[in-house]
Amino acid sequence: MGAIVQYIQSYLASDKTPGAAGNMFWAFVYIMLVFVGLSVAVIAMNWLERKILAHMQVRLGPMRVGPHGLLQPIADALKLLLKEDIMPSEADALIFWIAPFVVVLAAFTVFVVVPFGPTHAITDMNIGILFMLGVSSLSVLGIVLAGWASNSHYPLIGALRSSAQMVSYEVAMGLAVVSAVLMTSLNATGTGTLSMIGIVQAQQAQGVWFIFKFFPLGLIAFFIFAVAMVAETNRAPFDLAEAESELTAGFHTEYSGFRWSLFFLAEYSAMIAVSSIAVTLWLGGWLRPFPNLLSGATWDQAFSFFPGLSFLFLAAMCFYNTVRMPKHPLFRIQTIGLAGFGVVLALIGLVLFIPAVRVRVQDIFWFSAKVAGFMYLYIWYRGTFPRYRFDQLMQMGWKVLLPMGLGVLILTATVGLWPLIQNSLWHP
Amino acid sequence: MLIGGILVITRRNPVHSAVALIVTLLAQASIYLMLYAPFVAGVQIILYAGGIMVLFLFVIMLVSIDRSIRERQFNSQWVVGIIAATALGGLFIAVYSKGKDIFPDRAFSVAEGDNTQKVATMLYGQYMFAFEIASLLLLVAIIGAVVMAKKRI
Repeated sequence: MGAIVQYIQSYLASDKTPGAAGNMFWAFVYIMLVFVGLSVAVIAMNWLERKILAHMQVRLGPMRVGPHGLLQPIADALKLLLKEDIMPSEADALIFWIAPFVVVLAAFTVFVVVPFGPTHAITDMNIGILFMLGVSSLSVLGIVLAGWASNSHYPLIGALRSSAQMVSYEVAMGLAVVSAVLMTSLNATGTGTLSMIGIVQAQQAQGVWFIFKFFPLGLIAFFIFAVAMVAETNRAPFDLAEAESELTAGFHTEYSGFRWSLFFLAEYSAMIAVSSIAVTLWLGGWLRPFPNLLSGATWDQAFSFFPGLSFLFLAAMCFYNTVRMPKHPLFRIQTIGLAGFGVVLALIGLVLFIPAVRVRVQDIFWFSAKVAGFMYLYIWYRGTFPRYRFDQLMQMGWKVLLPMGLGVLILTATVGLWPLIQNSLWHP
Repeated sequence: MLIGGILVITRRNPVHSAVALIVTLLAQASIYLMLYAPFVAGVQIILYAGGIMVLFLFVIMLVSIDRSIRERQFNSQWVVGIIAATALGGLFIAVYSKGKDIFPDRAFSVAEGDNTQKVATMLYGQYMFAFEIASLLLLVAIIGAVVMAKKRI
């Protein structure tokens, strides 16, 4: 037992990701952790989306299944697993079977390089951001194959529209990403980096998150990426390809039960993946807020209490709602369930106050908190904006975001190299 | 990669051929990785597998599938095919055996960390002219496609 604890502690003190250290066991552990965390996040997103959308539309959302609908995602998952698996006749069986897997693979593989902390990534490729963009572009293939394999009109049109939209907004995304990567090269050697951990460390070294750098260029680049990433994942207001009033359900019309849940899983994982890119490139990754303004050891200490405090706040909300539950005997189980959930959250919060845990969990917490903020924004967009028509969508991608992206790129390069340009102008 | 290549040309259904081509291109990317060129591998995935193959699939879907599946696969040119393949194989063997000294014994392990930097330095430094000419070529292709596809004003 002591040997195991010592092994764990000796590993946690290292300063390399498992991939860089070539440590297969820990790489596997990290992969499992990321996989489980991602699945829990997708399940939570299901519940959060329905509740938040409902509250934005002045209604309550799921309230029956568990206390305040907390067990609704589990009920949904059970339903999807037990549904009949339909395959249209005349459909190409092999492609029909492969397409969901391609999309899920593409959506999950990108998490290999997502940096939750300076050593908390599965591996740190030195082409990290390129790898993420490339693998997420493979999901377009899966969508096209899915739409074609269904052998029916609505999925085919939906798939072609969806993939055209994704390919168009990938260009704008790429330009915004390039202008952020340019900012990483403003260091002593003048060499930038494409690795995700390197980009956050560049923000740490330059002492400013790239969204605030060269104001307003960082902000415009972030804005372009924020719009393009919503279009890339086919979410509102760019969800014409899967809008129910337009195309029944787009490319996943003919998929039922478990296959549909794979598409659903892939969509939410892709949302989390592109949000991670945005957080890493512009919002400082795992860095705590206000690195300059409130710097120093005491502020570090103060900010390190945030993870525990946030869980205690959630637990307090659970207890408050427990008290507000109707006093009817039929609600007794729900009340007990909610109180139990609150106790679990409080325990997690208390565990996060232990100094040894507090120091290590900080990076993961700030990264996850920022990505959660993006998820809230996604749901907010869905509840607020009307849908774009398809030609308006394509026009915006090519005629608005692409020139903006090019302009931001040129301006960022100019402003970044301004000392050099100044020197060569004054002393030719 | 070999299996993917063989599947591309032997499948009756063009969509299956396209999927096999995607597998082949991904295998190509992994070959680049084995040659310590991660940047080229990443760009290969983005452009080829994620861009060009999507366009291939678009076009394949516009062509009537039923006709192309029912077309009889013919190989009545197999004599000429075997002669040509043998000649090409002989050429490869001759090149390899004569020029074996030029190839290094084993893959030299360059620092794969600078693949991006090295490609960028060469592309924007030494081969800048070729880079500009290639982009001009792509521009001409785009303008040609737009002109051919636009409606009459």
